[in-house]
Amino acid sequence: MPAFSFNDTLLLATALFSVGLAGILVRRNMVFMLMSLDIMLNAAALVFVGAGARWHDATGQVMFLLILALAAVETAVGLALIVCLHAHGRPTLDADTGNLLKG
Amino acid sequence: MNPLPALVLLPLMGGVLAWVAGRMRAPINPSTSWWVVLATLSVETLILGMVTFAHRAHAGPWLEHFSMPWIPAMGIAVRLDMDGLSLSLIWLSLILCFLCVFLATRQVTAHAGAFHFLFLATLAGIIGTFLATDLFVFFFFWELMLVPMFVLIAAWGHEDRQRAAMKFFMFTQGSGLLMLLSILGLVMAHDRLTGVLTFDIFTLAQTPLSPALSMLLMLGFFTAFAVKLPVVPVHVWLPDAHTQAPTAASVLLAGILLKTGGYGMIRFNVMLFPDAASRFAPIAMGLGVAGILYGAWLSCAQDDVKRLIAYSSISHMGFVLLGIFSGSAMGMQGAIMQMLAHGLGTAALFVIAGAIQDRLHTRDMNRIGGLWAAMPRLSGMGLFFAVASLGMPGLGNFTGEFLVLLATWHVSPATATLAAIGLVPAAIYALRMVNRIFLAAPRAGLPSLEDFPVRHMAVLGCIMTFLIVLGLYPQPFRTFSVPSPLSVTASQEDHTP
Amino acid sequence: MATFLIPILILCPLAASLITFVSAGRMDARGIGMVACAGVGISAVISIILSVMLLSGPVTGVLQVTLWPWMHMPGFSADIAFMLDRVSMLMILVVTVVGLLIHIYAASYMYHDPGIARFFACMTLFVAAMLVLVLASDLLCLFIGWEGVGLCSYLLIGFWYDDPANTVAARKAFYMTRMGDVALLCGLLLLVTATGGSLRIGTVLAAVANGQLAPSGINMAALFILVAALAKSAQIPFQTWLPDAMAGPTPTSALIHAATMVTAGVYLIARLHDLFAMAVPVMALTAVLGALTLLMGACTALVQSDLKRILAWSTISQLGYMFLALGCGVWQAALFHLMTHAFFKALLFLTAGAIIMRAHHEQDIFRLGGLRHTMPGLTAAFVAGASSLAGLPLVTAGFYSKEMILSGVWSAHFNLTHGWTLSGPPLWGMALLGAFLTALYIFRCVFIVFCGKAGTGAAGRTSRLMSIPLGCLCILSLCGGVIEMPDTLLPLHLFSGLLDPTAVLSHTHQPAWLVMAGAGAPLAGLGVAWVLWGRSSPVMREIPGQAPVICPVRTGRGMDALYHYAFVQPFCLLAWLTRLDILNHAVTGTGLLIQTASARIFRARADFLGRLAIQATRMIRWAGHLLGLLHNGRVRWYAAWIAGGLCAGLAMAVLS
Repeated sequence: MPAFSFNDTLLLATALFSVGLAGILVRRNMVFMLMSLDIMLNAAALVFVGAGARWHDATGQVMFLLILALAAVETAVGLALIVCLHAHGRPTLDADTGNLLKG
Repeated sequence: MNPLPALVLLPLMGGVLAWVAGRMRAPINPSTSWWVVLATLSVETLILGMVTFAHRAHAGPWLEHFSMPWIPAMGIAVRLDMDGLSLSLIWLSLILCFLCVFLATRQVTAHAGAFHFLFLATLAGIIGTFLATDLFVFFFFWELMLVPMFVLIAAWGHEDRQRAAMKFFMFTQGSGLLMLLSILGLVMAHDRLTGVLTFDIFTLAQTPLSPALSMLLMLGFFTAFAVKLPVVPVHVWLPDAHTQAPTAASVLLAGILLKTGGYGMIRFNVMLFPDAASRFAPIAMGLGVAGILYGAWLSCAQDDVKRLIAYSSISHMGFVLLGIFSGSAMGMQGAIMQMLAHGLGTAALFVIAGAIQDRLHTRDMNRIGGLWAAMPRLSGMGLFFAVASLGMPGLGNFTGEFLVLLATWHVSPATATLAAIGLVPAAIYALRMVNRIFLAAPRAGLPSLEDFPVRHMAVLGCIMTFLIVLGLYPQPFRTFSVPSPLSVTASQEDHTP
Repeated sequence: MATFLIPILILCPLAASLITFVSAGRMDARGIGMVACAGVGISAVISIILSVMLLSGPVTGVLQVTLWPWMHMPGFSADIAFMLDRVSMLMILVVTVVGLLIHIYAASYMYHDPGIARFFACMTLFVAAMLVLVLASDLLCLFIGWEGVGLCSYLLIGFWYDDPANTVAARKAFYMTRMGDVALLCGLLLLVTATGGSLRIGTVLAAVANGQLAPSGINMAALFILVAALAKSAQIPFQTWLPDAMAGPTPTSALIHAATMVTAGVYLIARLHDLFAMAVPVMALTAVLGALTLLMGACTALVQSDLKRILAWSTISQLGYMFLALGCGVWQAALFHLMTHAFFKALLFLTAGAIIMRAHHEQDIFRLGGLRHTMPGLTAAFVAGASSLAGLPLVTAGFYSKEMILSGVWSAHFNLTHGWTLSGPPLWGMALLGAFLTALYIFRCVFIVFCGKAGTGAAGRTSRLMSIPLGCLCILSLCGGVIEMPDTLLPLHLFSGLLDPTAVLSHTHQPAWLVMAGAGAPLAGLGVAWVLWGRSSPVMREIPGQAPVICPVRTGRGMDALYHYAFVQPFCLLAWLTRLDILNHAVTGTGLLIQTASARIFRARADFLGRLAIQATRMIRWAGHLLGLLHNGRVRWYAAWIAGGLCAGLAMAVLS
């Protein structure tokens, strides 16, 4: 008898995802945006783990490990980009100042 | 282990290695990629030597066979077979590659790695073309050798390279499409008649075709090979491409690429469609004679050395066409001898022309002036190969020309006489070249020039020896380079050794 | 033994050629001359040994060597094979012995030339090629030598390549002979097809004798070979290259363009005389062309003023004699004259070379003069050669060979088709007139050059190395002819017995006045020449120069000009016009046409479609502008759009 039902897990994951999304949409600081991204990734990972527990399948945990690695890489690359930008003489962390893609 | 895939793949791998070596920074020597190419060619020669002199278990005409399914759903297999014809032409390719590597490609300094990669890729395509007996694979290699050559001309060529490369590509690519259509048509016809979808030429050779259809299909193949050979109305890409290409590419073009046309005609026209080919023979022989006379005639009027040699190639290839379609084994063998001898002789002439251009920065015979006093070795070599090109008996070209003429005489004495008349303008263009750039009064203000060093002379001396042996003792080459009939398949032999 | 000696015979000059060529610039002139002379000398010794071996064997014996198979396949076989019979024995003796004498002379003559290595490389290569030509027992193998001598001739005529005129002359010689080579090639193809795949001379002649060839085939083959021989031997209509070929060094002119190469045509026809005997019309043609050439050559030589050109035209004329003899079927006489001609013409050329060298390279006979005082030795040598050329009776070799030809021509008779016949006496008359003219022109030259008042001063002296060959050739050209005599004088037929013991020529049925006439014509010529140019107050010192008839003949340019305008100019013009390759133009032009046409069509269509296109473009741009507002480049906005879109999509999927 699991402590949480699958529905609870999904609810928690949705909540986490929403927090992450909101974080991305409202924060302009790039570090915080990265953190929000990680929260969203973890929400997805949580669903995998929950699903794995629900159907007694190890694949879910494997996917979790994969996403963990992906998140680590993503954070590393994101932080590296930020450091690079800083090194190229860009004193701010404000994401809205960069709009080269503007149509 | 089967050597045939190794023969094809080795140049490709060596090419990649050469490219990588060329990209490396210091402290690696800038000529590393050159050494890689040399090593690749040496290993390739070793393998080929093993194939040539290995003791064979079975006594059939096919020397080696390799087969591996590729796309089984469509009956496509990587099928490589080697007979005497392909073996001798691959030997020719390797000899000429050594010639290039020793005498021409080392001078390339801009992007040497890429140049060597493309050079070896062309070689891989050529070797694959000579070996493939699956029509799909054949077409694949046929196109494979075009692209690197196109880039070689377009990137490393002389002043008007873009146009020449484009012309070369358009002509060969366009005619290649016709060949693709023919291949598909033949496969479809075979499929409809027997229900077996295959690209294997041994099976396809047995397809019973209606005369009209086989003529149509044969013409598709013929067009592609005629452009490559080249035959007169579609030769226009050749003078430009030969003239504008860098020396090594000129050597490859004249020495081997043209031979793929002759090889294709022997294997895929005369052997795959014997009836249609014999019905088409009068026209083909007419085209051959036209090529002999037209090429020689235009060669007489050129001022550009490389252009002159290019037109002389057209003339020589006319003999090949004449011999292939003369319908006898003698003519075929004459054509093969002519291909070998022309490959060696013309390649050497292009190397010499390239050396002159490197030193004097011009190809215009009016501006070169006499070189004998300044460069006796280079000029002596030039004289020898020019004389070989005019068909001096005792040298390779004469053997081929004589056999072709003899086979033609059996068919039609008038045609043979016309073709023989082509030897008079041959003397005119060859000696005109000799008397304008070698044995002539030196031009005023000639800078001090560096003659061929001894090692270059040694390489050219080997080519000379080959030509003399081909001319005076062609017997072993003749028996060695006989094409195998398609009625005997290599795989059958494996079962009945 | 013979199988060993015959290849060595050819290899010696070949090796000398290679050594001299490779050692260019490393060996001094003396060494090069010695190597070349050694190469030719060894082969001269070997050829004498071989002749002794051959003559000591059976009467019809031949020495055969097959070195290796050349091309063997079903329907055709050729070998690198050599054969020494009595005809080729004569030829190798002439080639190597005269060749050796000329090489010795040249070692001194060319001593100071910087290109001496190239010179001797070509000369020895020529000797090797000539030996291949005369020894080959396979006609295709003969063709190697046939072209090889042509190539060496080209290289040597253009030896002093600094002057474009020399290289032009060299190429002209090669082109003219090349036409003959093509004819020979066609003849070989015809013969090999008829004999069923072999070009062995024995097989070919046997096939002809067996009637394997149709008469028309025999005629065609003989005609092809005749054309080849005419081109090689500079007979009408190919005669124009030989006078120009005098641009080469004098030893070359002596060896190649007088003694050996130009006689290759005579040798070839003599070798195949059985084939020609079956082709009566071709024989008649040979005889007529020979007679015409000998008259034309003699007439042209009469008005030349260049010493070497006189000798060149005289060579053409003498070769005409040989062709006349061949045409009349007396090939032994042709070969006899070939031999004596090699002696006296080599002598004349070498003497002329020595004279020119000492007279500061002056070749115009009217600027020379009175040389008998300054160079008595050369005068004697030249007079000896001239007498032999003119055929002064009894004391010269030329007399006997010319006499043999004349008597053969007298008894010739041709049965042509349709009842046409041609008999010997008219041809004999032409030959006799030619003998008169020969004496006239050569003694004109002798009297102008050696008598009269002194012209250009002479310098230096002839070196001993040059004198020895001259002396040997003097003896040969005076006494070389006594081995064969007319029956009227003495029934001595050593030469024809040597060549063909089974069929010795006999002229017993001919009247004695024939010999008298043959002896009288040169004497008459000598007398007229003495009256005209020789006496202390000559009738005319110079032929009235600028007469319009004489002028083209003197320069020998009549035929040249004809050929120039008839063949060379049109060829050059056409080649020049098409040098850019009309087909290339055609293809490029078509491409250009299509390009222009499509451009035109596009422009025309633009009027109809243009407005539509412009409207469409404007609308698209406007819509794009609207969309572009969404595209503000801010990441957060994009994320919001994605999230919103996702939500909307999910909502639609769930709620629907």
